[in-house]
Amino acid sequence: MTKQILNTMTKDGIKSIVLKIIAEIAPDEDLSSIAPEVRLRDQLELDSMDFLDIVMELRKQYGIEVPETDYQELASLDSCANYLEPKFAALQGS
Amino acid sequence: MVVIGAGMSGMAAAIRLAHFGKDVCLLERHNVIGGLNSYYSIAGRKYDVGLHALTNFVSPGVKGTPLGKILRQLRISRDELDLNPQKFSRIAFPGINLKFGNEFTLLEDEIAREFPDQTDGFRLLLRKISEWDDNQLEYPDVSARSVVAACLSNSILIEMLFCPLMFYGNAREHDMEFGQYVILFKSLFYEGFARPFEGIRLMLRVIREKMKETGVERCMKLGVKSLRSEGKKVSALELDNGRMITADKVISCAGWPETLSLCEDREKETNLGQLSFVETINILKRQPKDLGIEDTIIFFNDAETFEFARPKELVDVRSGVICIPNNYDYSGDRQLNEGIVRFTAQANFDAWRSLDENTYMKEKAHWFDELSKVACKFLPVGSFESIKEESIATDMFTPTTVNKFTGRFGGAVYGSPLKNKSGRTHLDNLFLCGTDQGFLGIVGAMLSGITIANLYGLSDD
Repeated sequence: MTKQILNTMTKDGIKSIVLKIIAEIAPDEDLSSIAPEVRLRDQLELDSMDFLDIVMELRKQYGIEVPETDYQELASLDSCANYLEPKFAALQGS
Repeated sequence: MVVIGAGMSGMAAAIRLAHFGKDVCLLERHNVIGGLNSYYSIAGRKYDVGLHALTNFVSPGVKGTPLGKILRQLRISRDELDLNPQKFSRIAFPGINLKFGNEFTLLEDEIAREFPDQTDGFRLLLRKISEWDDNQLEYPDVSARSVVAACLSNSILIEMLFCPLMFYGNAREHDMEFGQYVILFKSLFYEGFARPFEGIRLMLRVIREKMKETGVERCMKLGVKSLRSEGKKVSALELDNGRMITADKVISCAGWPETLSLCEDREKETNLGQLSFVETINILKRQPKDLGIEDTIIFFNDAETFEFARPKELVDVRSGVICIPNNYDYSGDRQLNEGIVRFTAQANFDAWRSLDENTYMKEKAHWFDELSKVACKFLPVGSFESIKEESIATDMFTPTTVNKFTGRFGGAVYGSPLKNKSGRTHLDNLFLCGTDQGFLGIVGAMLSGITIANLYGLSDD
């Protein structure tokens, strides 16, 4: 994906990016019926190692940094989208 | 970054680091990867070393266990490993057998049958095991014997439970840390055994592909001769070929005393592992089950008491492990084309090392027979003669063989009695992973490499 597309990323687009990363980390989880407002931890068997990997994949694949103090912002798909939207937008010109 | 050693833990660490963009160079002195879990060929026949069984096996869908963690962390799909569950295994002491399998209830039922007055005590032990927090990296050194003795009163049952746990991962003589007891108990009894149809070679192939895919630079037949330091940091690595290289960080799976011995400023190492093993291999014309041998693994003890310690003689044949790789439930009705029966027993490295070439060969032949005779008492065939008649090839390795190919001091496959759980050393950028960091078995080794890579290689940037 080019940066041009990334910085106009919609919330839905961000959610699908996060889902794609989770699918890479945990291919054994069923992601077909994730409720976006419910905490991921309550719907999936994800431990702290897995959450750390979501953060690291965001950095590796999109250059997005999530400081440790903000990890709780990634609790649900909705909160991921809200938190990451300005970060994707800020990629423009970077 | 440099990883010393292509053992299971080192390779897992290298994959993690490379996956997240680190430049990783993996140095291995031997010409085959795998370290203590590897293979060799004689006369066109390939022999596995290390892998009797992959412990920590859980069925697909069971989550939150070490096997699931390593698969996720290394981005390996479970199907690639072709894990086939064991049929059942057995702890065999004089006159008493306890069967166990990948369903924990089998062991519970067996204990209830053989030791009815110990059921409450066993339940108490299970509670202590479940209350132990095994997610902590550091834990207190509590004697397993003291915890178990507070739950169980029957010394035979106590030894029967210790026997497999000792043989499958204890680096300490006579006793072990309760933390290690818990890890082993879970990996053998709560979880279970499985094996890829192709054995260790399949696992190594999957890992090799993963290293290629993530971009690990692999240097075979190139060991590290010494680690140079400046202040509290490794400043350069001198390689066997005389070249000097530098690295920001070094992770070593060569073992704790083995790694420290590479450092210039170190005095003679203590904390050396005392426990090593001999293993015999019999290749048979027929499938073991055609000789009535149905078990996957048998942990046997032929003496009144069970002793886990460096033997005075070359081999302690009183107890050991019998491993039959044919006896897994291979999917699709696959069957190994030859029968394989292996016997493992405790052995004394120094005694083996002191022998001259001729005596070494003679002693090997002698102890091959002695061990086989005792082990066969625990097989339905009853005597070694019936195995001999079926045999088309044999081999045997000793503690000196292990030392020669893995560089482990004393051929100590389970490493040092004292573990270094933090993985830190006296040098700020030198870290340990693998058996001396305190994880056990193939799955444990990989989890160790992953943990150390995450903690020290990936977390601070």
